[in-house]
Amino acid sequence: MYATSYHRASSVDEAVSLRGTAEDGKYLAGGMTLISTMKQRLAAPSDLIDLRHISQLAGISVEGRTVRIGAATRHADVASSQAIRAVCPAICDLASHIGDPHVRQMGTIGGSVANNDPAADYPSAVLGLGATVVTNQRSIPADDYFTGLFETALEEREILTAIVFEAPEKAGYAKFANPASRYAMTGVFVAKTAGGVRVAVTGAGAGGVFRHAGMEQALSAQWSPDALNAVAVDPSNLMTDMHADADYRANLIKVMAKRAVAKAG
Amino acid sequence: MTTVTLTVNGRAVSGECEDRMLLVDFIRVKLGLTGTHVGCDTTQCGSCVIHMDGLSVKSCSILAVQASGSAITTIEGLSAQGEMHPVQAAFKEHHGLQCGFCTPGMVMTAVDMINRRGGSLTEEVVRTELEGNICRCTGYHNIVKAVLSADAEMAAGRQAAE
Ligand SMILES: Cc1cc2nc3c(=O)[nH]c(=O)nc-3n(C[C@H](O)[C@H](O)[C@H](O)COP(=O)(O)OP(=O)(O)OC[C@H]3O[C@@H](n4cnc5c(N)ncnc54)[C@H](O)[C@@H]3O)c2cc1C
Ligand code: FES
Ligand code: FES
Repeated sequence: MYATSYHRASSVDEAVSLRGTAEDGKYLAGGMTLISTMKQRLAAPSDLIDLRHISQLAGISVEGRTVRIGAATRHADVASSQAIRAVCPAICDLASHIGDPHVRQMGTIGGSVANNDPAADYPSAVLGLGATVVTNQRSIPADDYFTGLFETALEEREILTAIVFEAPEKAGYAKFANPASRYAMTGVFVAKTAGGVRVAVTGAGAGGVFRHAGMEQALSAQWSPDALNAVAVDPSNLMTDMHADADYRANLIKVMAKRAVAKAG
Repeated sequence: MTTVTLTVNGRAVSGECEDRMLLVDFIRVKLGLTGTHVGCDTTQCGSCVIHMDGLSVKSCSILAVQASGSAITTIEGLSAQGEMHPVQAAFKEHHGLQCGFCTPGMVMTAVDMINRRGGSLTEEVVRTELEGNICRCTGYHNIVKAVLSADAEMAAGRQAAE
């Protein structure tokens, strides 16, 4: 790892100003992506601004059907939250299958959503639930937030502070995990929300997480796994890599979507 | 250089290090506690697992400065009174190790698993909970047996105490 300077912020404002004075700073949350990347010298920030001790970023609240998950909330805390489970068990289920127990006890939802790895799990839930990404500056609808591979609408120094969503009537998530890394080789999040049915696919798109309009229409007409039988999944914008080619992923999308609907009930 | 202050295995320690020093290197090099191992550079093998504020974490992917202020337990801290922890005893009894390289991480993972889900472990749960720990020798069978046996013994111990 290249040399770096560590700073521990105690408030969002302090973090933003530390980042402002850094030459090439980066925010640090659980470090489960960033420290690993720095060890491989694929990232070399001059300064790290640790967000883990900022109380404004911590905590889960559920009021009525509105769920708010602070950015610094670890995957393990989402997985075991009884309050979230009561209104949206699908996101607890998703969090409980990220990586391994040790990764879940460090990694945070804010880090995952800020990083927007094309094979990460949370982006599909955020997009599938039509959640709002709240930052220190504004609220960004999920449909405008994910802009490409590892790309988001976040500006240079903007801090993701929370993910907020209305609990859906039904939701389910199914992933085909890469056997080595446990990242999604394809993962599908389906939700029946007040604004309609939403289907979000991760791990498969050449441009990152995306919604599948054909599946959304079919499930709006009839909410059942069989409703997806006739839907065609076009492989032309899907990823091909050493693990799976685009045709295989197209098939996985359908299989995972059916499983997700079955899980949602 | 930054001063890192930790409570390690119940003892307050502090030391100077570069901000880029990994927690596992601080533990091994600065504190001389070499029971915690490093088996990969991709955060995948789990041989570096320790407990930070009571939860299992991979010490190879946390900076020492990030951990400053926290309470750490390493494999050396499990058997403080010179007597093996029930999980260590179960690994010995069930031959849950061969070369032993992965063992400190496996044991710390098993203790965390039992802390969180003790009394309700099944073979399937143990196998999924071991997702972040790789063993190149045993084929996992005896590790799983050891964890289940330690869980049953510790649950019985808790019941007897009640
Ligand atoms: C072995 C292993 C297996 C994994 N498996 C999976 C898996 O199956 N599925 C999956 O989805 N993920 C997986 N991950 C990734 C894991 O979920 C990470 O925790 C997550 O991607 C990043 O979260 P973090 O809190 O660790 O962020 P960090 O690594 O600290 O940061 C990641 C990036 O986000 C930025 N950032 C962090 N917080 C904020 C914020 N609040 N505002 C703005 N920017 C911010 C940082 O600057 C950095 O660029 C795995 C990781 C490992 C090591
Ligand atoms: S050394 Fe930490 S996971 Fe391999
Ligand atoms: S006993 Fe040798 S790696 Fe597990």
